[in-house]
Amino acid sequence: MFWRMIFKTLARQKSKMLMIAFTVILGVSLSTAMMNVMLGVGDKVNRELKVYGANITVRHKDAALMSDLYGLTEGLGVNDKFLYEEDIFKLKTIFWGFNILDFVPMLDGHAILSVKGRAGIVGDVSIFGTWSEKHAILSTGEELSTGLKSLRTWWDVKGEWIGENENDAVMIGHLLATQNKIHVGDAITLSNNGVIKNYIVKGIYNDGGNADDKILMTLPAVQELMVLQGKISSIEVSALTTPDNDLARKAAQDPKSLSPDEYETWYCTAYVSAICHQIQEVIRDGVAKPVRQVAESEGTILNKTTLLMILITILSSIGSALAISNLITASVIERSQELGLLKALGAYNWQIALLVLLEVMITGLFGGILGYFLGIGFAQIIGQTVFGSYIEIARMVILIVAVILFFVTLLGSVPAIRYLMALKPTEVLHGK
Amino acid sequence: MSDKILELKNVSKIYGSLKALADINLSVNAGDWLSIMGPSGSGKTTMINIIGCMDTPSLGNVILDGVDISKENAANLTRIRRNKIGLIFQQFHLISYLTAVENVMVAQYYHSMPDEEEAMEALAKVGLQDRAHHLPAQLSGGEQQRVCIARALINSPQILLGDEPTGNLDEENEAIVVDIFRRLHDEGVTIIIVTHDPEVGDVAQRKIILEHGKIVNDIDQSATFGEALKLRN
Repeated sequence: MFWRMIFKTLARQKSKMLMIAFTVILGVSLSTAMMNVMLGVGDKVNRELKVYGANITVRHKDAALMSDLYGLTEGLGVNDKFLYEEDIFKLKTIFWGFNILDFVPMLDGHAILSVKGRAGIVGDVSIFGTWSEKHAILSTGEELSTGLKSLRTWWDVKGEWIGENENDAVMIGHLLATQNKIHVGDAITLSNNGVIKNYIVKGIYNDGGNADDKILMTLPAVQELMVLQGKISSIEVSALTTPDNDLARKAAQDPKSLSPDEYETWYCTAYVSAICHQIQEVIRDGVAKPVRQVAESEGTILNKTTLLMILITILSSIGSALAISNLITASVIERSQELGLLKALGAYNWQIALLVLLEVMITGLFGGILGYFLGIGFAQIIGQTVFGSYIEIARMVILIVAVILFFVTLLGSVPAIRYLMALKPTEVLHGK
Repeated sequence: MSDKILELKNVSKIYGSLKALADINLSVNAGDWLSIMGPSGSGKTTMINIIGCMDTPSLGNVILDGVDISKENAANLTRIRRNKIGLIFQQFHLISYLTAVENVMVAQYYHSMPDEEEAMEALAKVGLQDRAHHLPAQLSGGEQQRVCIARALINSPQILLGDEPTGNLDEENEAIVVDIFRRLHDEGVTIIIVTHDPEVGDVAQRKIILEHGKIVNDIDQSATFGEALKLRN
């Protein structure tokens, strides 16, 4: 009888129940979309933030010490300390290897520049060798495609980037090029300690920073010019990271201060400090340090994005609860004679409250299921529009949405239930 | 049948400065058929609400089947009402989306267990077995009131309480309903009816006249009771 009454009521109040279901669909779809985006957005936002460059640099431990103690970025004790080129690919073997998206070696040096066809020399200039583009197949079988092109997406390049194996081509920073009237296609000569090499200027780049008065070359070209085969000064790493929390901050101070459980949690979470720690385990004499501005910006933006989505979810839930509350209260007031009659026939308050609640819950469940699938669709639209890729569906969202839906429906029903409790059969049954 | 089923002792109901009922004393024996009459505002509905356990008196005691219910809370009154009282309303108050038999079963559901067979028997008792699966909107006013009576009877209440049960009926349906009351009275059901209709009031065994919340007349119609019934027939 109970279920017969519920289903007949639902059928009879089709339009009102559809309005409630529609409200739930809107609320749940928004919550589902926001939560799926929120849970899947970490990597997406991080990937977007990769345009700001590397978030970790690896240097020789002595060079890092000189930098930390005296702020030195070149000179003795810095420029003469090198990492091994052969260690670079080990970066992809660490626990969080898959989170390392791009990495490039850097070899810094100086050379004497002269421009062909012009008398005299320009002078001593800074040069750096790296991978503009690098394609390799790792020992694990993974195909690697990285290079400075991926880490300097903001560069404005006139001409072209130098190719992977173009050891006789260079790119010149636009300040150096402007000051010395060097153009794309010009031939230049670089010499260092008796080694003299000729190069063609393939491109002029505008970095907007320190690199604008430098010359970019391939790594082998600089190694040859500097006679430093197999050596590199530093490695720039771009990794997907998780925003720091107290544990990460504690570990960043000293990983040995962690308890075994804390250490395991920290090590198995993609905190920038954990990734740095793991990089140091594979790069001989290397010290990995986060580029704080980038790493912290990523964390801040990610936290704020997450907060924004939580707020949207909360606001949409409150909105749904208010709308449901109005609709249920209106429905109950409209049915006050019927519900008063049930009281007169001997129904307890809780029995009538249960009847109304179940009607709303069934409608809510129906709306919730539709809203969930609609929300997944919204999440994919957001994923495609904002991040250009699909958002992975998190199963835990089903549980969270179910709990939110239950409480939103319950809270939305409170005014109606209060009205029901106070309803006196004598007030609604003797209308004449 | 002389056992007291209901006793009102010095019952008053006061709303602010208004005394809807003033010091009412009334005894009803099991199996009695009582009509309560009086002009609008005389306190008839207040009295039926108190007897029907839908309200409590401000002063005095209401003894129903030997139990004082005047100080009971709402939940206890609900329990007592569903076990002891059958309610009939002027406007029938059938649930519009349930069929006649389902309307009867609702009262069973809140009393104990719904039993369709038993509900059909109750409808047969009021001559509506053929209309059991019709919705209220498909029934005439008289038929709806008979469903209401079947619903009131389904849990075998000790008192059948009617608030203007013939108020919305034409003469023919009024006669049918009164005839059902007569048969129920013959079966020993205690009937208390509030009515404006002198003919319906006259049919009862005893007639109470209320004015300004007071019983101004308590007329024993036992002598003419049979005659009145015959008149109705």
